[in-house]
Amino acid sequence: MAECGASGSGSSGDSFDKSITLPPDEIFRNLENAKRFAIDIGGSLTKLAYYSTVQHKVAKVRSFDHSGKDAEQDHESPYEISVQEEVTARLHFVKFENTYIEACLDFIKDHLVNTETKVIQATGGGNIPQEAFVYQKDSDPEFRFQTNHPNIFPYLLVNIGSGVSIVKVETEDRFEWIGGSSIGGGTFWGLGALLTKTKKFDELLHLASRGQHANVDMLVQDIYGGAHQTLGLSGSLIASSFGKSATADQEFSQEDMAKSLLHMISNDIGQLACLYARLHHLDRVYFGGFFIRGHPVTMRTITYSINFFSKGEVQALFLRHEGYLGAIGAFLKGAEQDNPNQYSWGENYAGSSGLMSSSPDVCPAQRTRSGTFDLLEMDRLERPLVNLPLLLDPSSYVPDTVDLTDDALARKYWLSCFEEALDGVVKRAVASQPGSVDAAERAQKFRQKYWNKLQTLRQQPFAYGTLTVRSLLDTREHCLNEFNFPDPYSKVKQKENGAALKCFQKVVCALDTLDWEERQLALVQGLLAGNVFDWGAKAVSEVLESDPQFGFEEAKRKLEERPWLVDCYNKWLQRLKGPPHKCALIFADNSGVDVILGVFPFVRELLSRGTEVILACNSGPALNDVTYSESLIVAERIAAMDPVVHSALREERLLLVQTGSSSPCLDLSRLDKGLAVLVRERSTDLVVIEGMGRAVHTNYYAALHCESLKLAVIKNSWLAERLGGRLFSVIFKYEVPAQ
Amino acid sequence: MGAGRFGAPMERHGSAAATSPSSTRESAPGGLDGRRQEPLRRRANSASAPAVGASAEGVRRDRPGSYSGTTSVSRQRVESLRKKRPLFPWFGLDIGGTLVKLVYFEPKDITAEEEEEEVESLKSIRKYLTSNVAYGSTGIRDVHLELKDLTLCGRKGNLHFIRFPTHDMPAFIQMGRDKNFSSLHTVFCATGGGAYKFEQDFLTISDLQLCKLDELDCLVKGILYIDSVGFNGRSQCYYFENPADSEKCQKLPFDLKNPYPLLLVNIGSGVSILAVYSKDNYKRVTGTSLGGGTFFGLCCLLTGCTTFEEALEMASRGDSTKVDKLVRDIYGGDYERFGLPGWAVASSFGNMMSKEKREAVSKEDLARATLITITNNIGSIARMCALNENINQVVFVGNFLRINTIAMRLLAYAMDYWSKGQLKALFSEHEGYFGAVGALLELLKIP
Repeated sequence: MAECGASGSGSSGDSFDKSITLPPDEIFRNLENAKRFAIDIGGSLTKLAYYSTVQHKVAKVRSFDHSGKDAEQDHESPYEISVQEEVTARLHFVKFENTYIEACLDFIKDHLVNTETKVIQATGGGNIPQEAFVYQKDSDPEFRFQTNHPNIFPYLLVNIGSGVSIVKVETEDRFEWIGGSSIGGGTFWGLGALLTKTKKFDELLHLASRGQHANVDMLVQDIYGGAHQTLGLSGSLIASSFGKSATADQEFSQEDMAKSLLHMISNDIGQLACLYARLHHLDRVYFGGFFIRGHPVTMRTITYSINFFSKGEVQALFLRHEGYLGAIGAFLKGAEQDNPNQYSWGENYAGSSGLMSSSPDVCPAQRTRSGTFDLLEMDRLERPLVNLPLLLDPSSYVPDTVDLTDDALARKYWLSCFEEALDGVVKRAVASQPGSVDAAERAQKFRQKYWNKLQTLRQQPFAYGTLTVRSLLDTREHCLNEFNFPDPYSKVKQKENGAALKCFQKVVCALDTLDWEERQLALVQGLLAGNVFDWGAKAVSEVLESDPQFGFEEAKRKLEERPWLVDCYNKWLQRLKGPPHKCALIFADNSGVDVILGVFPFVRELLSRGTEVILACNSGPALNDVTYSESLIVAERIAAMDPVVHSALREERLLLVQTGSSSPCLDLSRLDKGLAVLVRERSTDLVVIEGMGRAVHTNYYAALHCESLKLAVIKNSWLAERLGGRLFSVIFKYEVPAQ
Repeated sequence: MGAGRFGAPMERHGSAAATSPSSTRESAPGGLDGRRQEPLRRRANSASAPAVGASAEGVRRDRPGSYSGTTSVSRQRVESLRKKRPLFPWFGLDIGGTLVKLVYFEPKDITAEEEEEEVESLKSIRKYLTSNVAYGSTGIRDVHLELKDLTLCGRKGNLHFIRFPTHDMPAFIQMGRDKNFSSLHTVFCATGGGAYKFEQDFLTISDLQLCKLDELDCLVKGILYIDSVGFNGRSQCYYFENPADSEKCQKLPFDLKNPYPLLLVNIGSGVSILAVYSKDNYKRVTGTSLGGGTFFGLCCLLTGCTTFEEALEMASRGDSTKVDKLVRDIYGGDYERFGLPGWAVASSFGNMMSKEKREAVSKEDLARATLITITNNIGSIARMCALNENINQVVFVGNFLRINTIAMRLLAYAMDYWSKGQLKALFSEHEGYFGAVGALLELLKIP
């Protein structure tokens, strides 16, 4: 890409440059809608941040008017669906080499309307780093992500731009520049350009990755000869960088010199960082700046240096979207109209670029793009997100059960799984918008985008942060939204909810005829059977596609006989014989049979026992999961049939809340604040998490202060096998915290 | 140059092996009284000796007065010599990564009988060394450093300071053979990495057994001794007043009457930094691979120069601000928010990212920038070490500083400026020879 720009700049002029180097739809998305704009022009890299609003379609559900005026309603549907436009705030962060600054500024000028532009020069740090990771050479893969721990302060922030800035960050808004060094990225680049024929930073790094520094550096073994071994010295330690180039009248290879330079600079920075960390008693150092910018080569050398000089006492950490620290910090701090603290922000995986590949031969197009322009988009979420107050240790909570960046076998399986399911998702998306003329075209674009992301992940599992089943699912949802498929399952859910509602009374009557003990088991089986209805699982969606009449009873028959794969039922039953819970928080999963015939009868039983119930559903759509607005209608319809639910709703013993999430998985550290408040107010002492996405892919190991039930049917034969079971194996995990 | 055996790490190889095991061994706590039963001084001949590398960091070493640093053979010789003075000639050798430093004691109180008895080869060595100022094409005697009328082990004489490049070691060893050194039954006390590297060659080619000594022990010993004897009536130690002002800058003597604690920064090919708490108690704090070798090596690549002198001469005529990106180049002036003055270097070689600027610089500018970069970096690391160790006098030694006023003044200024006057940079006339002096002292058992 860079080459294109350079070759075109002579004759074709700016327009060519712009069209080639700056695909506006990808790099400066939504610039027209930018509300505020900030630019940070550094020594060699420009970072800009803008705040825009994005209009996108959302599917809304609305209960039918029951006055009878809706003549044409077929009564199959319990509610109507309408697609509306909604506006979301989004933060965009773009970063590029100063080479492109003129073309970029021209483009920005042309597209920016009515926006107050703010040029920020003072950048430092001070905001919470996003997802950080550590580098480990011998593991597969080499990067290990850290989840965002709330207690990250204090830390040392080492920003390696042209030079090096060392900032001590004590709290979100207390930070101090404590030092720096002039030997930084600019030194690598500048000296590298003098020593080799290579003039571009990325190419210099690539050159370095192929070199042998021992040809240029004077090593300990060069001075001590073979004796270093008997002395217990590591002969390969560098005694003097470039020490060999001082003596011999010989030519040195460009690769070797670049490598020696890289080591020299990385070691030096690492050493200074350790000295500063020691002086200030800090043991975590975050590295950022363009020298790092997702380059595995420099992250490796810096990590090595830190380990060496600190003897492992200091940890080197990197940020996936590092380099925005300054811009993000300044930008968010400078926001007057919108106090960022009132909102939570979620990364939009569809718009953000990934880490660079360690090898330029992999996905060259993707690499050039992300290497030149790094993009980060953050969507403002509707409401602030907080920890579930019941988490035993919020600082050590990790939602995801399996880290796919870590588990190569699982990664391969899941990536294939998502690839194979892609056609079905595309089909479903098109089918969800029968009236739309461009649905097929948009669906293809969606397909392409998601497919590309999956391919990137095959090559670089760490490209978008910790790779998990959750992140794969979330990325798919983001990509679907991106192409205006806000809720591909809306029609399916509508139909299933309608069908399930019709069976509700029958199911409840059947349950009421059972004696207490039988009923408890039947309720749990109902929860589990309902959970088989999941369009996200391939095995199930196939059955559902071919046999839409696949019923509740059939699902029950599919269930594994007890003892289940994980079977704590007896313990649960014993507990039920005791005093009722004060309040239960239930995270619902699927629409239709699951929520109506599985969850509601269970809720009804709890209510009858005197337990209050908070039913939490997703704020936004994801697969066929029941959304909060759908749950409101469903509850209303059930209340009309059932006095227990009716009175509970009226007396606020049954409360419906939203999770704040639009993911098929569940992150208990990012939940709607309203939910958290309610959980605390009602002294919740039982948490029920249902479904593969919420109870297996995530939260399987989540430890809570109170009792918890995690139940799911494994609708994936590979996973079932891995867990030692088979398809439709049952997980019924009942946990009581140690007193 | 006293090469840093201690440089920075390279990527993978055996850092764990080199650092952790050895550091555990070395950092075994001493007794409650702070003294160890077993002298911690490294036994060079012991295979189980702890690493001498970077691992020695952070460990204070109590130095006993005994000779534990010798090989068993040479130890016997040293032991047997204990009762009387060692035989002439008296040499101390420091074989670094780039330079070999040799100190030679020329007795001036030789009696007539003595002269008569003196074997021919010994006489020839004395004549050869003292009547020349250059040896071969590369050996040089630093005549201006000669210490006159020194009394060592009851003998009066002059101490001569000679250096030659390490790559000429084979010729030196050959000379030892030609001049039949081994017949003198003398002991060659040698330190530096080369003492190990060339040990076998000494033995097989010229039948000389080296007495290998720890280089940091020798360094500390040498500097303390030389400071105590002064410089022919003048002070050995000095500092710069107004280092940034070429008009007012003055080199002034410094009386190191309270030497401890002292941060000792030895800039050879690489750099070693020691914290010295007393004559027998010091520790290696850290080191860096960006040293004199880096300056000279990079200069050779960037300018095509061939000698250290040439590199310095070019640097003296260059302008590093054309090469480096200064704070004012980025911020237009001082960066007040961080308290950074506009003249401070923001990015060494940072201007060289631009093609136009690359084309506009001279070789002299590049040499100057290389010198400034390396010097500032050493100053910066030294300053951080001084802060961490809570030491406020820093002595810079090593052959990187030889005829290198630019570097010394820059170090003096940088230490003062960035520490707001808290740290003082000190220098010593005999810059690079302390290791060799220490080796000679070991030979003479001078504590």
